[in-house]
Amino acid sequence: MLYVLPLVFVLAGLVLYAVLGGADFGAGFWQLFSAPGERGERIRDHAHHSMGPVWEANHVWLIFVLTVFWTGYPVAFGSIASTLAVPLFLAALGIIFRGAAYALRAGASTRRELRMVDMVFSVSSLLVPFALGAMIGAIAANRVPVGNAAGAMFSSWLNPTAILIGVLAVGNTAYLAAVYLAADAARSGEVELERDFRARSLGAGLVSGAIAVGGLVVLHADDHVLFHELTRGTPLVILIVSVLAGIVTLGLVYRRQFEAARLSSAVAVAAVIAAWAIARYPVLLPGLTVRQAASPHDTLVTLVVAVLAGGVILFPSLALLFRLALTGRFDPGAAPAPAPAPAGGPAKAQVPAGSRPAPAAPPLLARVAVRPGPAAPPLLTRVAVACLIAGIGFLNVANAGWAHAIGVLSLFGFMITAFLTIVPAALAGDGSGL
Amino acid sequence: MSPAVALAPVHQQYLLQARQMQALSFAVHIPLVAFGISFPLMVLFVEWMFMRTGDPLYRTLARRWARVMAALFAVGVITGTILSFEMGLLWPNFTATFGSVFGLGFAIEGFSFFMEAIFIGIYLYGWDRLSPRAHLACGIPIVITGFTGSLTVIAVNAWMNHPGGFRLRGGKVTDVHPLTALFANSYLWHELIHMYIAGYIVTGFLVAAAYAFGRLRGNWGRFERTAIAIPLTIAALAAPVEVLVGDWAARDVAVTQPLKLAAIEGVGATTRGASEHLLGWYTDGQVKYGIAIPHLLSLLAFHSWNAKVTGLDTVPPSQQPPVNVVRISFQLMVGIGTMLALLGIFYLVVRIRRKRLPESLWFYRAVVLAGPLSVVALIAGWTVTEVGRQPWVVYRVMPTAAAVTGAKGIPVGYATLVITYILVGGAVVWILRRLAGAPLEVPPELPPEAQPAY
Repeated sequence: MLYVLPLVFVLAGLVLYAVLGGADFGAGFWQLFSAPGERGERIRDHAHHSMGPVWEANHVWLIFVLTVFWTGYPVAFGSIASTLAVPLFLAALGIIFRGAAYALRAGASTRRELRMVDMVFSVSSLLVPFALGAMIGAIAANRVPVGNAAGAMFSSWLNPTAILIGVLAVGNTAYLAAVYLAADAARSGEVELERDFRARSLGAGLVSGAIAVGGLVVLHADDHVLFHELTRGTPLVILIVSVLAGIVTLGLVYRRQFEAARLSSAVAVAAVIAAWAIARYPVLLPGLTVRQAASPHDTLVTLVVAVLAGGVILFPSLALLFRLALTGRFDPGAAPAPAPAPAGGPAKAQVPAGSRPAPAAPPLLARVAVRPGPAAPPLLTRVAVACLIAGIGFLNVANAGWAHAIGVLSLFGFMITAFLTIVPAALAGDGSGL
Repeated sequence: MSPAVALAPVHQQYLLQARQMQALSFAVHIPLVAFGISFPLMVLFVEWMFMRTGDPLYRTLARRWARVMAALFAVGVITGTILSFEMGLLWPNFTATFGSVFGLGFAIEGFSFFMEAIFIGIYLYGWDRLSPRAHLACGIPIVITGFTGSLTVIAVNAWMNHPGGFRLRGGKVTDVHPLTALFANSYLWHELIHMYIAGYIVTGFLVAAAYAFGRLRGNWGRFERTAIAIPLTIAALAAPVEVLVGDWAARDVAVTQPLKLAAIEGVGATTRGASEHLLGWYTDGQVKYGIAIPHLLSLLAFHSWNAKVTGLDTVPPSQQPPVNVVRISFQLMVGIGTMLALLGIFYLVVRIRRKRLPESLWFYRAVVLAGPLSVVALIAGWTVTEVGRQPWVVYRVMPTAAAVTGAKGIPVGYATLVITYILVGGAVVWILRRLAGAPLEVPPELPPEAQPAY
């Protein structure tokens, strides 16, 4: 069963991307569909500030899915990426503009600039989940044959089933984001925002549910096989779990238990993906089973070990990020942590907004009492020179691999010791040496 | 040897455009990689200086640089994502055929990137909210992942240039050992070290160039002097070392990819005691209008007066890389690199002997130029590696033409990407100018929306 494990990782990554990244995309959805004016601005700001610290980490789940998939099932990856090049490219464009908008919002200062940035952000936030969802839909509808661009360029993903999944993906992001943002507003005590996003969660949840149920009708008409695979045996049971989780989530949101609602909404999404995967197994693409598509044994073993080892480092770090973000430590104006002042105590500069202090003006640029750093010991200088000579000898004169390794290490030693010799000597004082 | 292809081969009319699209995406991404490699260490150094001295100047500097780091990281995230998409969008047959061999490198890189994104988020939003020690500690994983990220990605590139860890049987890839393929490859190390140090040169000179430009316009206080001294010292030390590392890299290429060396130097026919040509143009199997220095090529590449240098004519023309592109890129890289090294040595001599920064305005004009020129050298260097590998995507195993997608519409995608990158490039310039023009300290009383997000 080794050959299935990478696929399990891919699907787990997909669920995490849909849940975590989905909330992030949905923030853009709500930025687009919030009224202009003061209240809308607050919604847009809230959506942005909640996602700022976590969006890059959320985005990496997509990279995880891609890399594990092409390492574990290269032929399937090549077939999917070439037939579905158009939606993949659209998703890429959306990701570029979204990321740029995150970077730009840091520099936007007027309301007009902010609105422009938010508009770009929102439109691309709709485009990406739709394109990625449509790709999943195209695979589900068996429109991606094995081969280099062997499927249809447009009708493979612009068919009722694929469009349905794309729209469902967008609805899902809106729903997840509303729950997330309501929780965030509740935590920071913003009653009005919490009320807004609670209403949005309920609305989006109901609409998404309706699309999903209506989607079964579309599926029945467009892709009878998939419909039948999904509506019997284990997949059916899991789908029912998904529906129940969706209903529970609505109830939890209604009772303002947002943290629990986040978990149950994740269960609902995970169950849909699991039902689909089980219904489809062992087929990956038409005429290609998971086993046939899997990489050779050694690759699979190394990949599984790498993912598990990576997870050991990753999950504690991710937990740290989310703990800080979700407990409000990153909120604007959050209380500083204890003992912020280092030795010497920074003098807080009070500079009027918009005016640049003259280079020599106090207090920022005033001389500050500092512990004078010890003069760079001549020993360090000698070490630097020795490292440089050894580096040249081992790297540039000698010709063996081990010698090159010593040479490179020596040169790094040279750069570090030389930097430590040169820079602090001038910087530790008041800079007059410069 | 029959070429390996997992998916049935196709004819792609727009192969050249596909290659240019890849090259464009790469050229856009690689300067951001330079910042990802080296800028976190500079920011951490400044923050550490603040902790050591308590001088608020360092605090201001660290926070300003951190904002630049954040913006560039965000742009790097997306340009890097595009590169990973293009593995499927442009080269599905490459990935389909060899994903089992090289894919692991990117999978590990994914984790590295994950850690980088997590800790950059904590670092940026954690100022004043974590204890100073904890905040500094959160920066360390960013420095480490800058290294491991380049290690794994360059491992894949080194494998493409010097493939191993698998066997071909009837056009099928078998006997795959991904760890051997990626990390037991002698070609990896010079490429990695060369790029890693280049990261410090490019970032060092670019950051220094910004303050040197300010110097020319009269912005020259204690803040600016400190802000230029740190990156400039780093770049000045790294640039001469890069010349030494480059010598090692060239000797490795001479042994593992003799044809690439032949293209770099324009060696038409196999020669003993080959001459080195400066400048000139390669045509009809030789370099014309160049300055020839007898025996120097044999001496440099093989440390031997009469060493044999393989010529391009040992393979049919269809298997030769485009010589002038490779050769001119190489001369650009070496020429700029040498000038940067000399500029660095000049700076170091003044700093050590006079214990101050250089005073001549010409020095600062040179630094303003050195910033963008270092980026040119970086891109030229990668052009040597990548174009010098042609016409192979996996050196002497898979032709690039066999790797390309069969999808239509490459010119449309190419044009769209060019426009997108122009917009993003304009946006990056805009945000950097905004960040540079911000007042030196943002007072805490300002309303939240006037506070930068980072």
